[in-house]
Amino acid sequence: METLNLFIKSIFIDNMVFSFFFGMCSYIAVSKNVKTAMGLGLAVIFVMLTTVPLNYLLNEYVLKAGALQWISPAFAEVDLSFLSFILFIAVIASFVQLVEMVVEKFSPSLYNQLGIFLPLIAVNCAIMGGSLFMQQRNFPDVGQAVVYGLGSGIGWWLAIIIMAAIREKLTYSNIPNALKGPGIAFIVTGLLGMAFMIFSGIQL
Amino acid sequence: MSKEGKEPMFSAKNMQSFTNPFNKNNPVLVQILGICSALAVTVQVKPAFVMALSVTAVCALSNVILSALRKTIPDRIRIIVQLVVIAAMVILVDQFLKAYVYDISKQLSVYVGLIITNCILMGRIEAFALSNKPWPSFLDGVGNGLGYGVVLVVIGIIRELFGSGTLGGIKIIPDAFYEAGYVNNGLMLFPPMALIIVGVIIWVQRSKNKDLQEK
Repeated sequence: METLNLFIKSIFIDNMVFSFFFGMCSYIAVSKNVKTAMGLGLAVIFVMLTTVPLNYLLNEYVLKAGALQWISPAFAEVDLSFLSFILFIAVIASFVQLVEMVVEKFSPSLYNQLGIFLPLIAVNCAIMGGSLFMQQRNFPDVGQAVVYGLGSGIGWWLAIIIMAAIREKLTYSNIPNALKGPGIAFIVTGLLGMAFMIFSGIQL
Repeated sequence: MSKEGKEPMFSAKNMQSFTNPFNKNNPVLVQILGICSALAVTVQVKPAFVMALSVTAVCALSNVILSALRKTIPDRIRIIVQLVVIAAMVILVDQFLKAYVYDISKQLSVYVGLIITNCILMGRIEAFALSNKPWPSFLDGVGNGLGYGVVLVVIGIIRELFGSGTLGGIKIIPDAFYEAGYVNNGLMLFPPMALIIVGVIIWVQRSKNKDLQEK
């Protein structure tokens, strides 16, 4: 039950985009049509689902204060948590490289559409943010980390799909010139965020 | 980098890479980079200010280092090299903040770590530092960091003033206003309002600079 609660919470209440602004850069830039948004969203879900648990294990067995105790009791005092930024980003960057190679091999058209934004998943704050929040929240076991990674990934995917669908319609509307493009995208995201605030307080 | 002497240190071109980010090429408003932290830390002015300084420092330092290394980094693994350099700089800044301004460092929480994934850094390194000498890269880094910082502080001022009636923790709106029925706009403190403020700032800036508008 608690796991299900965490899952729902990470999708709707603690939504990556609407409540933490994670991954805004690619969110605004790639949400111009639904197909590309779908591709990027799925890639983010996959990378989140794999990197959050990996980083959880890394944190649990290498970085945390006293985490190296399993090697020898002499290491009980060692606290490597200041290294976590650099190791987390290394795990993420290598995974993104992997996803990039897979996408290039199986779907060249999607690869061309995503262009520069595929390598930029590595610097998508949503993914790094997921790992850092995982570290901060101290999940009791790796299962929770998997659920959190999956939920946050789905939350991001959901947000970018909604946004892309709205922006496809927006091209037909009469917007002041200066507001076209990113301006209106921000305002729409803000309104969506207000809509998502309704979910806060849901408990399963 | 011994050939640097030919160009004067503050030549027009160098100054341009310093001043452009404040207006025509602002990283937040025009290039739409580094939005995540710009929105998350701006509930109050103080953390916004600290964040702006941290990003400026990281941006300038990593720009210089990568610009100095640019001829020795193999093209294929450059992203990972960049990330490692940036992460090392961010760790320095993080330890520094923890040592000297612990309260604010707690308030910024994960967003200090997220400087690593701030697209401004990667963007500037890819677009500028890898093809320029260290000194212009340094100016470019400082300029972009400050250009980002200005936007951050402006959003921070708007949100704190209207959201809690204070600036940097000091009360600005007099008690007489509250007695007359003025109420703080609590929505300003919530995430959605930050997005709308950025949208409006972009709107204002683009109405002034006609050439930035999308057709």
